[in-house]
Amino acid sequence: MTIINFTPVPALLGGALIGLSAAFLLLAKGRVAGISGIAGGIIYPESRADISWRIVFILGLILGGFIYQWSGFGVGVQHIAAVVDKPVLIVAGLLVGIGTQIGTGCTSGHGICGLARRSPRSLVATLCFMGSAIVTVYVVRHLMGGAA
Amino acid sequence: MSQSMKQLLAALAAGTLFGFGLGLSQMVDPAKVTNFLDILGSWDPSLAFVMAGGLMVNALVTPLILKRKRPLLAEFFRLPTKVEIDNRIIIGGILFGIGWGLAGYCPGPMIASLSFADSDIITVVIAFVVGTFAARWVLARRSL
Repeated sequence: MTIINFTPVPALLGGALIGLSAAFLLLAKGRVAGISGIAGGIIYPESRADISWRIVFILGLILGGFIYQWSGFGVGVQHIAAVVDKPVLIVAGLLVGIGTQIGTGCTSGHGICGLARRSPRSLVATLCFMGSAIVTVYVVRHLMGGAA
Repeated sequence: MSQSMKQLLAALAAGTLFGFGLGLSQMVDPAKVTNFLDILGSWDPSLAFVMAGGLMVNALVTPLILKRKRPLLAEFFRLPTKVEIDNRIIIGGILFGIGWGLAGYCPGPMIASLSFADSDIITVVIAFVVGTFAARWVLARRSL
């Protein structure tokens, strides 16, 4: 194991902003900032009345990414692009969509909000997706010699 | 300003802050994500600090918020109520992790990355939308 590209300060600050955002959404609207859940409620709505705040949140997510790029903070980031080809992106996107809906959450909903509420379900979910993601990268990079 | 308008502004502010945080922390860089997951190879531990930062703030503030009778702009808190560990949480978690490891995109960074207006990102988001729709369509009809 070698440690590379270690950037703990922006990681910690960015993480803290994500935590603040989740706390603010809970304080203001009483909802959990789980991205797969918020997006899922737009893609396959359960109630018409519950869609508009989700759309606005998702637009904010894109706007925030945009502001980051143009704010000067993004200067150090030379090239942010996908690391795999389109067929792999399609399989990966499908699995992320299916898995987060079956498992009722993703990195944010389980990994940050759920763990902060000390939910045992979120702990198990987080261990499952962290574990399978680590194994997947190991298999692709070190057993199959891929570039992911 | 009406209550529903305030709710929308709050959601916009929360989303924007979240997206900016994903950019600043470089969660939007799939190369950084897959290097974080490669603990037995060329490991970049940075993203553990994203989770640590998010968890610290949230774990500190969430209990205080939940002491309130109700949120600022809504009638009540809507939190997940299930507690039991079922097959869904395990199977779903594992499938999601495989997808995350394959391309380095989890839902938040994937959607925030639409700001890069790149055909690869649009591809992975469309696949995510199709997977989400299919899973919710099936789940609405039968329980796993």
